[in-house]
Amino acid sequence: MAELVTLPQYMRRNGQTMGDQPAMRMKYLGIWNTYNWSDYNEQVCDFAAGLSTLGFARGGKLGIIGNNMPQLYWAQMAAQSLGGMAVPVYQDSIAKELAYVLNHSEATVIVAEDQEQVDKILSIRDELPKLQHLVHCYDRGMSDYDVDILISYEDVRAAGKAFNSSNAGFMDGEISKGTGSEIALMCYTSGTTGNPKGVMLSHKNMLSAGEIFIANEGVRADDDFLSYLPMAWVGDTAYGPVISMLIGATCNCPEGPSTVMRDLRELGPTGIIAPPAVWEGMLSNLQLKGADAPPLKSSIFKYFIGVARQIEDLKAEGKSIPVGLSLADTIGEYLVFGPIRDQLGLRRARWCYSGGAPMGPDTFRFFRGLHINLKQGYGMTEVGGLVTLQPDGEASSDTVGRPCPGIDVRVVDDGEVQIKCDGIFAGYFQQDAQTAEVMTTDGWYRTGDAGVLNENGHLVIIDRAKDVGKLEDGTPYAPQFVELKMKFSPFVNEAVSFGDGHPFISAMVAIDFETVGKWAEGKGLPYTNYMDLSQKPEVVSLISDEVRKINQGLPEVSRIKRFLLLSKDLDADDNEITRTRKLRRGFIAEKYGPVIDAFYSGGKEVELQLAVTFEDGTEAHVDSRMTIQDAA
Amino acid sequence: MTDTAGSGGSVKLKLDGVAKNFGGVRAVSGVSAEVKEGEIFSIIGPNGAGKTTILNMTSGFYHPDEGSINFEGTDISQTLPSKIASLGISRTFQNIALFRGLTVLENLMLGRHVLMKTGVLAAFAYWGPAQREEVEHRERVEEIIDFLKLTDLRKTPAGALAYGLQKRVELGRALASEPRLLLLDEPMAGMNQEEKEDMVRYVLDVNQEWGTTIALIEHDMGVVMDISDHVMVMDMGERISFGTPDEVRGDPRVIEAYLGTTDHKEVA
Repeated sequence: MAELVTLPQYMRRNGQTMGDQPAMRMKYLGIWNTYNWSDYNEQVCDFAAGLSTLGFARGGKLGIIGNNMPQLYWAQMAAQSLGGMAVPVYQDSIAKELAYVLNHSEATVIVAEDQEQVDKILSIRDELPKLQHLVHCYDRGMSDYDVDILISYEDVRAAGKAFNSSNAGFMDGEISKGTGSEIALMCYTSGTTGNPKGVMLSHKNMLSAGEIFIANEGVRADDDFLSYLPMAWVGDTAYGPVISMLIGATCNCPEGPSTVMRDLRELGPTGIIAPPAVWEGMLSNLQLKGADAPPLKSSIFKYFIGVARQIEDLKAEGKSIPVGLSLADTIGEYLVFGPIRDQLGLRRARWCYSGGAPMGPDTFRFFRGLHINLKQGYGMTEVGGLVTLQPDGEASSDTVGRPCPGIDVRVVDDGEVQIKCDGIFAGYFQQDAQTAEVMTTDGWYRTGDAGVLNENGHLVIIDRAKDVGKLEDGTPYAPQFVELKMKFSPFVNEAVSFGDGHPFISAMVAIDFETVGKWAEGKGLPYTNYMDLSQKPEVVSLISDEVRKINQGLPEVSRIKRFLLLSKDLDADDNEITRTRKLRRGFIAEKYGPVIDAFYSGGKEVELQLAVTFEDGTEAHVDSRMTIQDAA
Repeated sequence: MTDTAGSGGSVKLKLDGVAKNFGGVRAVSGVSAEVKEGEIFSIIGPNGAGKTTILNMTSGFYHPDEGSINFEGTDISQTLPSKIASLGISRTFQNIALFRGLTVLENLMLGRHVLMKTGVLAAFAYWGPAQREEVEHRERVEEIIDFLKLTDLRKTPAGALAYGLQKRVELGRALASEPRLLLLDEPMAGMNQEEKEDMVRYVLDVNQEWGTTIALIEHDMGVVMDISDHVMVMDMGERISFGTPDEVRGDPRVIEAYLGTTDHKEVA
């Protein structure tokens, strides 16, 4: 057999060598439905042939929008089988964002999950001159639509099936034509500044990152993954379908976004990748449940969590663990840690990664303490999603791990991390100037992150290079450090800190509506909505206590001196964070300018007119009065 | 006013001169109406107008003192509620009537009780046909769970749900018996705007996707006028108007009896 160089070629091989093994599962109507590699091949080939009857050909671009489901993955693979590229976009994007991305990508066919996504696309149809066909996967609510470009997934597949039966060998030929340098995937980076950019990744890019990961973690054919992250995020493809193609592991799609945690538990994947927000969410939940439990259980929980914490702190300092503590840890495994892992669905997980954004050390150590093999990795879309990983036994909250074999990392004089590897992207789509900006003349990718390689050869990321600043007196200040400390509190959802060029550090805090809401219910405190809850004096003093606790663990100069509770949560619809929940600092500083002014002019109260964007893209303005607190 | 509004579609439910007295109080007097196959039919009117009594008579909780109620050609005026349910009529209640301690899934499965053929003993043994039947019913219930977007709440006790969600589960419970006529008693009462919009969406979806005929009582005039094919207006136990939403809106008797006080009603 010829060398395999594209994802569809691996898919075809899997169909031949392990046709009866599970390739994908999807929970639907309460049942996990399994598709084996033969089914997978058939589905992809039929849909691909259907696409070709619609005029989709080599070099074509297929937009994908919706929650993780087999049909969307098959559509993605079908486009790649025909030598085209898939352009997955964030399913929770508002119409305006979609218009930019889908128009810029020049997608001719879009596959959408359901009526909601179809409506969004139809609302911006005028802005998508290249769009020829809109395919919908679910028929619900679609019977009354009379739109020329609309066609159902099953109709496309049926047409393809008919085509294949009279043109045997067509798909085989198409798949064989594929070359490694063909673009397989175009991911739009959420971008903390400016418009999103289309990152073009070739089959070679994707496969090389996948192979490295498989080698590092010993991924096996019988491994199970949960495909629950947005398909538009490169990690979802890189650590799902790509690995699945390479080695035959199974991707499992949850029932829906609201059931992910439940499905995670049912499935018990053997490995998982989650952004810090997911870990932080699990942590808040556990802390809340621990506190809510009956007194005996609650104190057992607290005791053993304390033990775990002590052990992890000692480990972090490189000290040995006393026998007593070690014994308590063993008992804790049976009483607390094991059952918690079981509840979270992580009992079978050999490796767990946090990636996509930095994670606070406290959160990291909390999960390590539960004997969860949580590790940190580092990567970005432009390099196929992978740069460094932490080998087992080298997990640490301070570093993001060791550069993987075959990936060269260097730190240049001004502290910027640069990368060279097979995964480096083919460029931003139709943005050569931007591509040139991020590449050095000798072929290294400029990450824009400030970091160092420590004595163990691990990479330490300090912050986005442009975010690192200095307080007025010259003390270096990295905003993320303070923010991650704050986000460890179950009551804090997001935090934004300021300090560059100012005399002290101040912070805006967005409370966690769910946990603070529960806390308020427990206290018998009535509230109506986020705005109301966040400005309650009781809530203010709750967060004040949290800030005080955080400050106690910080040197005087790094303490938060003033803070304010935001009357709305930060929202990607309002451009305040990206779809992957990274802060868009420039935009926030502009929007909340009056707050920053008040922080440093001694103001007590800020009145702000906040623009709120609803899911359908409409905007409203809400007048909001927020009071500034001085931290004790 | 004549029944000109009704055109096409066979008659699903026919009330003919229906009256009901409670002691000396005449709750409903001589009301006639026709609900057509596949439509959304709304009953509006001030409190105490007799709306719920009409619904209660249709579902067999009360029996009319005069007149007759005809469902798909069968006279059901004196039929017992349990029998009516198996004929293909199902309803939700103004005040939520769920088993609070049972999960959402269990509540919905109970909704299929009328369709279950397995006897107590066979069900207990859970073998052969009994098992097959249970699986079949579960499948249908799962479709409803998917339809009403209750997937994440399957195993949650109904009593632990927010009010708006309980209303949705109630709708699911009523749908579980696969009714051909669905009676909804104030499905949007007490809901906030978002919950109302969701519920309207579901009611319309049930009607359009599954073709279920729906008769509902609702106070929110905006909702009624938007989704109904026909509206019957009642006051003091009598039908004072009937027609399409536009026809009813323009009827001076309606304006006097009801619409004139809309604002007040919506607040209440």
